[in-house]
Amino acid sequence: MTTHTAPANRSDVSPVVSMDMITKTFPGVTALDRVKLDLYPGQVTALVGENGAGKSTTVKILTGIYQTDGGTIRIDDAPVSFASPNDAAKAGITAIHQETVLFDELSVAENIYIGHAPRTRFGLIDTAAMHAAAAKLLDDIGAPFSSHTQLRDLGIANKHLVAIARALSVDARVVIMDEPTAALSHKEIEELYTLVETLKSQGKAILFISHKFDEIFRIADRFTVFRDGAFVGDGLIADITEDALVTLMVGRSVDQIFPDRAHTPGEEVLKVVGYSHPTEFADITFTLNRGEILGFYGLVGAGRSEFMQSLFGITKPTKGVCRINGEIKIIRSPADAVNNGIVYVPEDRGKQGAVIGLPIFQNITLPSLGRTSSRGFLKLAEEFKLAREYAARLDLRAASLDQDIGNLSGGNQQKVVIAKWLATQPQVIILDEPTKGIDIGSKAAVHKFMAELAAQGLSVIMVSSEIPEVIGMSDRVIVMRDGLIASELSGDELTPETLVRHAAGITTSTEGTAP
Amino acid sequence: MTNTTQTRHIPDRLHSRAARLFKSWEALLFAVAIAIFVVNSFASPYFLNAWNLSDATFNFTEKAMIAFAMALLIISGEIDLSVASIIALASTAMGLAVQYGAGTPELVAIGLTVGLLCGAFNGVFVTILGLPSIVVTIGTMSLFRGISYIILGDDAFRGYPASFSWFGQGYIYWVFTVEMLFFVIIAVVYAVLLHKTNFGRAVYAIGNNPTGALFSGIRVARVKFILFLLTGLMSGVAAICLTSRLGSTRPSIATGMELEVVTMVVLGGVNILGGSGTIPGVVIAAFVMGLVTFGLGLLNVPGIVMSIFIGLLLIGVIALPRLWAMVSAQRKARKIA
Repeated sequence: MTTHTAPANRSDVSPVVSMDMITKTFPGVTALDRVKLDLYPGQVTALVGENGAGKSTTVKILTGIYQTDGGTIRIDDAPVSFASPNDAAKAGITAIHQETVLFDELSVAENIYIGHAPRTRFGLIDTAAMHAAAAKLLDDIGAPFSSHTQLRDLGIANKHLVAIARALSVDARVVIMDEPTAALSHKEIEELYTLVETLKSQGKAILFISHKFDEIFRIADRFTVFRDGAFVGDGLIADITEDALVTLMVGRSVDQIFPDRAHTPGEEVLKVVGYSHPTEFADITFTLNRGEILGFYGLVGAGRSEFMQSLFGITKPTKGVCRINGEIKIIRSPADAVNNGIVYVPEDRGKQGAVIGLPIFQNITLPSLGRTSSRGFLKLAEEFKLAREYAARLDLRAASLDQDIGNLSGGNQQKVVIAKWLATQPQVIILDEPTKGIDIGSKAAVHKFMAELAAQGLSVIMVSSEIPEVIGMSDRVIVMRDGLIASELSGDELTPETLVRHAAGITTSTEGTAP
Repeated sequence: MTNTTQTRHIPDRLHSRAARLFKSWEALLFAVAIAIFVVNSFASPYFLNAWNLSDATFNFTEKAMIAFAMALLIISGEIDLSVASIIALASTAMGLAVQYGAGTPELVAIGLTVGLLCGAFNGVFVTILGLPSIVVTIGTMSLFRGISYIILGDDAFRGYPASFSWFGQGYIYWVFTVEMLFFVIIAVVYAVLLHKTNFGRAVYAIGNNPTGALFSGIRVARVKFILFLLTGLMSGVAAICLTSRLGSTRPSIATGMELEVVTMVVLGGVNILGGSGTIPGVVIAAFVMGLVTFGLGLLNVPGIVMSIFIGLLLIGVIALPRLWAMVSAQRKARKIA
């Protein structure tokens, strides 16, 4: 292997893995449309793209979790197909995820060698050999803990090291790092960089996925850009500027159509001052007016959902004041929030939004039972009346209102969750990634509906990681980064480039307040 | 909204009430109950006797009182294994009060209060500290009965006032016992509570998805706390009936009853993982268990064989529909192939 020479300059090296014309479709969505991606030995390739660009799908295909619908994957120029994660592992491809799949109750050595532990001649696990091998691996990557440590006792950064050791233990040739720094401190990130250099010097091909441009320019040798599931471009990092990469990433060929909104936001409805949380967010201050759509943009982990859940009474803020129509309200529980006219459509629909197992009509009436009942006794006729009204308003598609909500498509489940909240006649509706994972048709319907709600005087907070959605729907946008408000944008300032810059912290101005 | 172009009509329900009833677990269980009744009437000449049948109801009335509250608790995704120990503690407290000359009204008040306090104790640990109810109530199962043993040792409390015997030994009319009346009243109250009130709807919502219920503005902890209180209270009622019927208190009173209560609830079609089940189902399950115990008793089957039979019945009734589904799925698959 000739991997010890400066890799970034060696464009004549042939790739270990070469994906070509890869297509993957899901019902109603084309996740990947004839994309290509090459990974070179001893080099870091950054895969760049917005949320929904197809990065995760690509990783899942490379690791054998998804199967392609078209195109070829070659390893060392020989076509391969992965029927299962096991096949991918055998081919030497391993992934380190944001939330790495490890086992808290096992030791570090057991985590590293689970599934391929050295055996004694009786077929039992050779504990001594396993710990010896694990200790060597840990030593190689400079891990500051022993192979006997319980995984549970390690912090997130050290868990990443275990995952990396595991990757090395199977003699991986390709290491995929999916946002490995998302939960790490500054110092831990530096250590990770050193480790990546080690892996490079060992000739591993590294696929590095990150939203943070400073990281990409610090560590990557090459880049590949996807946009909306399509390949946009690739090349050497040395040949491109940050600005050019941002433009490649967000510039879109097909503009989505968003409803026209001639808005005149009314008086102030909600005012939040200094909301803070021990770890997730601090000093959140903003106002929301009647009939306004306020966008919240930021990277995953910027603290947007955590803040919204605090506003909805799920977690208690350590300080901060919330005024509704000028009056100070203390919201201790979701029930308090609903009583004060604040409702929340969560991102995790299956777990937090829908009560799967209950029929559609009962999901819709759940927070409104006080109105459809008399003295605590249910009135089914009233419930069906309310459910029918809101099912029609949202153009719900279902076999019957008595059907389990779990049998509906994602888009229709989302309609039921929104219907549930509208039926409470709220003042403020918080939509957390309202169109994530739903098909294009339902997406457009949700957008149109949001515009109508705002026109009727409802105030909308929309948390979204989709830039076109944020720009297309919002009157104003608050950008969050590392738990703080990075900026508030409106009008002409609302461009994809500014959003990305503020969220990723590549402002050239005086932004430097993040901890 | 006024500008909706055309809305599709979605029917409220696809299946009629009768169709749903016919396909239900309760219908299957009811058929089993009838079958056991018929078999018993042929197996023993003493079965079809009004007084014998009346006596047989004691096999299940006290357990069923607790089972109704337990059904709600299990539907909400929790469980209380300390109920039999609550009976022991409540009964011991009543016995102790008798020694100080308490009359029937005081005894009833003490029984109910101890039940409520024990329920509250469980509820605090589960809802405020967030501990798993199965662990908490296994702990309190030992704790509550342990207190009874400390107070009573090998002794027994006797000397309950004559009027106190009404609860467990009294008759309302002809062969109908006071306990049967309690059984009916409590069954109706819990059926209404679970199936006809907002509270009952919250119980189902919590059992299906506690996070989703919380995110829908339901006060999950409060509902669960009330359910523990109710289960404690029903254990207090059962303690009054059982103590009254036996006329004495030993610390071993009602040993093992918690599992019979849970068996009754699960046999009644309540999902042990929470989320589904009905009170009518538990009512029928109570009769099934009572009839089986009584029938086998008439045939002089020893107690241990009886519990084997109840165990088999539970597994059988739960496994059969699953087996049936597997067989019919296979048959369907073969047809397609």
